[in-house]
Order: sequence, then structure tokens, then C-alpha cells
Amino acid sequence: MQESIVRLNRPSLWKRFMRSAWSSKFLLLMLLPSVAYVIIFSYLPMAGIVIAFKKFSYPKGIFASPWVGFNNFKFLMMSNKLAFLTRNTLLYNLAFITVEMTVEVCFAILINELISKKFKRIFQSFMFLPYFISWVVVAAIVQAVFGYEYGMINGIIEGLGGSRINIYANSNYWPFLLVLFRVWKMAGYGTVVYLATITGIDPQLYESSAIDGANVWQRVRYITIPSLIPTMIIMFLLALGQVFRGDFGLFYQLIGNNAALLPKTDILDLFIYRALASTSDFGMAAAAGLYQSVLCFITIMIVNGIIKKWQPDYSLF
Amino acid sequence: MQSKGATIRIARRNRIVRTDQRVFNALGYTLVTLFGLACVLPFLLIAINSFTSESALMHNGYSFILKEFSLQAYSLSFKNPQRILWAYRNTVCVTVLGTAIAVFMASMTGYVLQRRDFPARNAFSLFFFFTTLFNGGLVPWYIMCTRYLSFRNNYHALLLPMMFSVWNVIIAKNFMKSIPYEITESAKVDGANDLTIFFRLILPLSTPLLATLGLFSALAYWNDWYNSMLFITKENKMSLQYFLQQMINSIQALKNLVTMGASASALSGMVSLPQETLKMAMTVITTGPIILLYPLVQRYFVKGLTIGAVKG
Repeated sequence: MQESIVRLNRPSLWKRFMRSAWSSKFLLLMLLPSVAYVIIFSYLPMAGIVIAFKKFSYPKGIFASPWVGFNNFKFLMMSNKLAFLTRNTLLYNLAFITVEMTVEVCFAILINELISKKFKRIFQSFMFLPYFISWVVVAAIVQAVFGYEYGMINGIIEGLGGSRINIYANSNYWPFLLVLFRVWKMAGYGTVVYLATITGIDPQLYESSAIDGANVWQRVRYITIPSLIPTMIIMFLLALGQVFRGDFGLFYQLIGNNAALLPKTDILDLFIYRALASTSDFGMAAAAGLYQSVLCFITIMIVNGIIKKWQPDYSLF
Repeated sequence: MQSKGATIRIARRNRIVRTDQRVFNALGYTLVTLFGLACVLPFLLIAINSFTSESALMHNGYSFILKEFSLQAYSLSFKNPQRILWAYRNTVCVTVLGTAIAVFMASMTGYVLQRRDFPARNAFSLFFFFTTLFNGGLVPWYIMCTRYLSFRNNYHALLLPMMFSVWNVIIAKNFMKSIPYEITESAKVDGANDLTIFFRLILPLSTPLLATLGLFSALAYWNDWYNSMLFITKENKMSLQYFLQQMINSIQALKNLVTMGASASALSGMVSLPQETLKMAMTVITTGPIILLYPLVQRYFVKGLTIGAVKG
């Protein structure tokens, strides 16, 4: 009896929802632009994944294009390049992640231990400089430094009596060079992130370790590195979420369509761009894109899940 | 913060400099110097060789020693400045407008998502964050932009794609969390609405955040060539970096033609163009503003990286 009265007096779910929405109407209004943006540029394209299962024709649009089932995926498989492209994309990204992280953490630790404040400041900003330019400019720099005819390094090699090296004609150099260029451009950023983390470490830890007679290696090993691990894991997870998505700017500006280099440097993103730009094969490009997104999603879910089980604080979500 | 720095300094001064520390610092100074120079010297190489004459460059290759000073490449670049001016105009306008909107949207969204009296904050956070985990890929997005939003050869193709980023929202959200909730609460008690609270109270307290987001957005807009490549074919609507890319590529294509032995008569006029120095001069012209502003803004970047520790 009593219960039913309470239920009668209670406003309906809809009414309660509307009331709570009305009370935060301004907050909802403030979210409106960004929600609309994300719907238009992220969620609607997500629904556009259906293109991967259609024979997309540009004039007909997404809805009127006919369904073709898994044909686009079949073509993708039949081109025999999928495994090769996936492997390249994955291995390059893993190389970038590990080399970058090692270099960044090492430099953050080294810079932190340096004594001269001025030197620290100047060289930190030197290292951060390449982060500020586009890959277009990096490509111009690479031509000036490594170019065959006029490149500085080839000039030096010839001056020393060696023979010139044409990096643009030999794909064997590129797995190494791409890692080099990527680290050159990105390491400054990560170093600053890790340095910021180090400045956040409680100085008492260092003081008491000094009293206990720890040497610099022990200090780094037992205080600095353990304090960096949470940041390292977050950076690692953020990078891993894109591990099947290549750095398009790097590969496009430095390799582009150079057929001599593609055997060692072709990645999914270049393939998708080519399918879109030169062959207009929208269906297959969309299928490759979906494949890439699904792989990324699965990877991050699994790895984040493992880390969550191991150390809930370190997981991304 | 100040006292922490002071303690470290005192601790440093009092520490007896031991051999292991000396070895470590020797290693540190060497490696940091080498890497630092490797990061800066290429820029110097570009700048020096943009001021040399083409014949000297052809003869000596790229080097740090300026053998023959010449403004040939620059005078050629500015002989027909129309394309450069267009590209500059486009990039400057898009950078200013886009940065302003990007900062505003990210900080507003970040503020709402951390309001603890907003019941739907977790649902909306998931709504935004999910897009960083999964997306439709390039093709559906491209079709959306070209077929349904008429991006082709329109200025909004340069503006819209980078106007909003979930990463900026995460940074903003984390920063706003550090502003005491009591400010919002007391203003609410006084009868202020959420818009007033945000604009009159929260934004003025968020200047470090706005500076950081602004710098990151401005950098992204300034360095953008990708959206021009996808959507723009008209010369007067290209961004600066894409213009540079086109310049470099066309010079390269010309060179390839020459080496392949294409009819010399058709090309003779163009071959005499100072190609290499022109590339360098163009690079300097398009990158110059960033390098000049860099010493001023880089410390804000460094500060900014610390304010939004990236956890969702």
C-alpha cells in the first residue's frame, strides 16, 4: 500500500531525465559544438564503414551504391600485399616506440643530472626544435644532408675518397633511416615529457639516497627509472593504440611514390592513400582502413586489459 | 615549487662530486651536445645554402662554409611572389581563426566534462574518448568531407579538420580539475549560470591552459600540408607547407626530366633556374616564422606539457 503511493508520487523516468537535463541546460549548450563536431567528423564516418561492403560510386553516394558483401576484402586479400603491409606498419611502429622511448628516457635522465642550468636549457630547446617543423621541411633537410649529387654527407664521403651513396635508390638503408628521422623529429618532445615527470619526483628521495651513499647509477636505477614507469606506460599505451596506423607524414614526404624504396617501406597508410588518390578504389581503401582500425582497437583493448589486471593505476581507461 | 627547487639546489651543492657522478656527467654532456647539435645544425645548413649562389652549390655541394654569398634564390622567389603571398595569407588566416576556435572548444568541453555536478559527464567523456580508440578510417571521412561537406577547394577544408581534438579536451579536463570546485559552487549559490561561471571565472584562471592549447593548435595549423593535399587543387587556396611541397616536387620532377634526357630546348629556360638554392630559400621563407618565434614560445610548450598529464 505504502509503496504504491510512493511510486505514484514519484515523477516518471522521462520527467526526471528532462528535469535533470533542464537543470544542466547551459552545460549541455556548452557541449553542443564539440558534440556536433564529433558526430559529423567521427561518428558519421564510422557509420560510413559500410563503404567497405559496397561498390562505392562517387556520384551515387554512400546509400545508393550497391552492396558487394566481402568482395572488397577478397580483393584486398588477393592483392597478396596485406600481410606484407601489415608487417611493415607494425614493425616500423614498434621500432619507433622502443627506440624513441629509450632515447627519450636516457636523455631525460642525462639532462636532469647535468649541473649547468644554462646548458640544460639551451640543449633542451635545441632537441625540441625539430618537433616544430613539418615533414615537408624534414624532407628538404634530408635531401640537403643525404642527397646523391649535392648532399653534404656524400660530399664528405667523396672528399675522404669513398664513393657516393644514393639512398633514394636503395631500399636497404631505409628501415634504419626512417627510425633515425622519426627519432630526430620526435625525441625532443618525449624528453621534455619525461623531464617534467622527473622534476615531479620528491627531492627527499634523492637526499636520503645521497645520505645512504648511493652512487649516481643506483640513484637512477632505484629512484628515477621507477618514477618514470607510469609515464612510460601511458606513452606506450597511447602509441600502441595507433600501432597499425603508420606515420603518414613521415612515409609520404620521405618515400612518397618512390618505387625503388617501396619494397622495404610500404605501409598500410600509403597503400590506402594510393588506392584513394590514384586508383579511386574507394571500396578497397575503406576495407583496408576498417581492417586497420579493428586491429588497432583489438590491440589497445587487450594490452590495456592486461595492464589493468596487473596494475589498475597504470591503465589508460 | 620554488622551495622544492631550492632544496634540490642545496642538495646538489652539498653533494661531494664523486667519480661516478663525473663519469655520468661527462657522458651526459657529450651525448646531449651531440644530439642537440644534430637537431640544430641541419637548420643552419639550409639557411646557409639558401644564401649561396647556385653555381657554388653545384660545385661544392651542401656545406656549412659559405663560399659565395648570393641573394639569387631569394630575388627569384620574390620575382613572382603571388603564390607565396596567397599561401602565406591562407596559412596565417586559418592558423589565427582555427587556433582561436580550437582553444575555445577544447577548454569549454574540458570544463563541462569535469564538472562533478553534471550527471552525464561520464557518458559524454566516453562519447569523446571512444573516437580515439576506434575510427572509420580515411575513406569514409574523406567521402564525408568531399561529397557531403563540399571541402574541395574551399577554405573550410583547411580550417575544420583540425578545429577539434579529443587530446586537447583531455588536457583541458585535467587542467580544469585543478581549479577548486568551490569557485564554481559559490558562484552557483550566488545565482550565476554556467556560461557566466565559465567565461567570467574559469577562463581567466586558465590562461596557462589556453596558451598551451593555442600553441599546439597554431603549430598544427601552420605545419598542415595534409588537408591541402587531400582537398585543394587551386593555387590560391593552398596552405604554405603544401605550397612548399609542390615547389620541391616540381623542381625534383624537372631535374628527373633533365637527367632522363628530355628535349633540351623545351627545358633549357627552366634548367637554368637555381633549383637547389631555390628549394632552400623556399624552405627558409615558409619555416622562418616558426624558427624566429621558437625561442619565445618553446618555454610555454615545456610548461604546457606538464599541465595536462595525459590520463583519460
